[in-house]
Amino acid sequence: MLVTVRLFARLREIAGAPELRLELPGGSTAADAWAALVGRHPELKGYASSVSCAVNEDYARMTAALQDGDDVAFLPPVSGG
Amino acid sequence: MPQRFRVSDQPLDAADVAAAVAGAGYGAVAVFIGTVRAHNAGRQVRFLEYEAFAPLAVKSFERIAGEASRRWPSAALAIHHRTGRVLIGEASVVIAAASAHRADAFAASRYAIERVKQIAPIWKHEHFDGGEVWIEGATADPQDEAARQAALERACS
Repeated sequence: MLVTVRLFARLREIAGAPELRLELPGGSTAADAWAALVGRHPELKGYASSVSCAVNEDYARMTAALQDGDDVAFLPPVSGG
Repeated sequence: MPQRFRVSDQPLDAADVAAAVAGAGYGAVAVFIGTVRAHNAGRQVRFLEYEAFAPLAVKSFERIAGEASRRWPSAALAIHHRTGRVLIGEASVVIAAASAHRADAFAASRYAIERVKQIAPIWKHEHFDGGEVWIEGATADPQDEAARQAALERACS
């Protein structure tokens, strides 16, 4: 299945793009998408314990199962205000 | 009536945010304005560049307003956050909390800014004399009950 990954702030800079597509096996989770992303961009690894994720514009757990066409966002620690 | 929850790259207007929660039943509107400071962690800040995941940020503001209205049933919130380049002294966030009486308006506005900092998908890119850095605060987790309690305690202290 094909998912769209969105990246923000420092994660976006490390990957060099705000958005990319990932081909993943059926039954993959957000954690699997993250692992595939870290495979492409090893510098992201340091965010393993602090990253949050959102699926289709709602916060989700890394254990969330993905569907073909899903939009997965990975968020570094936030600093609004 | 102006929108209650908004992310925009345009300058914020506090009067507009307050107007979004105007109502005959309210006796108080507390308006919090977060502004860009010239100094941070020993650095001379030139400006901040804010990035947001706008649709999720707006949903986070709605969630925060829902949480606040469960704790302070008479309170209504409006939250506007700016994105893009924000200069020293300019507003990055404006929160208006309306309530029947002042105590709940002050508490709800304090709660809202604490929660914005915890769960809104927004990031500061600080440009200072000699460099730039992404500010990374809280790992965003709306289900983190301990964080929510901490925000409540700050609001009620």
